[in-house]
Amino acid sequence: MTPQRNIRLTVNGKGYESLVPVRMTLADFLRGELDLTGTHVGCEHGVCGACTILLNGNAVRSCLMLAVQVDGASLMTVEGLADGQDLHPLQKAFQRNHALQCGFCTPGLLMTAYDFLKDTPNPTEAQVREGISGNICRCTGYAPIVQAILEVSQES
Amino acid sequence: MLGQYGDDAKILAGGQSLMPLMNMRLVRPKVVIDINRVDGLSYISPGQDGGLAVGAMTRQREIERSALVRETVPLLASVIPYIGHFQIRNRGTVGGSLAHSDPAAEIPAVCLTLDTEFDLASSSGVRTVMARDFFLNHLTTALEPVELLTQIRIPDTGDPWRLGFQEVCRRDGDFALVGAAAMLHLDDNGICREARITTFGAGGTPMRMEAAEQYLSGAALSSEDREEAARLVSDALDPISDIHASAQYRKDVAGVMVRRALEQALLQTEGEPAA
Repeated sequence: MTPQRNIRLTVNGKGYESLVPVRMTLADFLRGELDLTGTHVGCEHGVCGACTILLNGNAVRSCLMLAVQVDGASLMTVEGLADGQDLHPLQKAFQRNHALQCGFCTPGLLMTAYDFLKDTPNPTEAQVREGISGNICRCTGYAPIVQAILEVSQES
Repeated sequence: MLGQYGDDAKILAGGQSLMPLMNMRLVRPKVVIDINRVDGLSYISPGQDGGLAVGAMTRQREIERSALVRETVPLLASVIPYIGHFQIRNRGTVGGSLAHSDPAAEIPAVCLTLDTEFDLASSSGVRTVMARDFFLNHLTTALEPVELLTQIRIPDTGDPWRLGFQEVCRRDGDFALVGAAAMLHLDDNGICREARITTFGAGGTPMRMEAAEQYLSGAALSSEDREEAARLVSDALDPISDIHASAQYRKDVAGVMVRRALEQALLQTEGEPAA
């Protein structure tokens, strides 16, 4: 029997308490235990970026953390972006620019872009490309994603 | 706890190397000791003799943003952006990269170039190991199973050092295939007083290129000198072939990286970070 630990955390402003196996990854915990399946699991070794979430405001790979490590932390996942039915400006820009096709990479790219724009509010195109270089998209060729992020930076 | 579990335990720092290895079941440690909640291991502070003391759990992103690091050890500041992606640097730690000791990693290579000292703590006390004695082989360091890397101490290398850093990788953020760091201390006539040259990704550990360093001290650093240093570096290396690059490629490109790092260092004004 794998040892378990009790953890408390906040996800998208909502408090949770849960008993988790000590070796469960944070990504599996969010999807399997909290039913927040917006966070996607691709490569499971930190390369593809699909599982990117915000941990206390910083973008991190949720597949490279254990659920027990976020005891006491505040997380934000892609489900926390929209305000009810009102999409976040980044989501609207992705929609306008056709910055997704299959959508698998989208949650990770949105969370990456969210942290990136907080740090670099007025990026150049080259900075955007560098900023999203840790997220792999196989559909779009990245051009519409770059365009969407640049649009949002110019809106604000 | 390390004393109790020894070889059965792995320390979990930032998790950007250990977690992939565990996810792929390449390592299956009986005990994982998470040190993320240990107070007092994350700091960047001035060292006693003008250098820098950095706690092992300091995130790479904090180094990247630190004005103190840029001023005191510009070489370290300038290489951080080469590590993975910013999401990786948000978690990845200085000590984790050093203790993992991937031969293609940037932080071990610059610590070797900077003559860094490592503090290794165990229940019986703290011992200090120099960088050149710390990296033993592929993923192997001087750390004993009961020891924890707690702090590194880096001498001040702002003014008057000139710095260069080069690496090649397939994609932005990938592991480097091969790379080089160079530090030059010139006298008023532009003659090289001291040269430090390190290659990485071209052997089991980062390596100081002693033949090239000796050749360059006292040299005028003409283009012929730089070419000769590159040749000495290529000759000194005996890298492996793998699916990413052949041994010959690594030998040749390591020389080119050194030549470019030297050129970069020469072009740069004193003490400013190479970028």
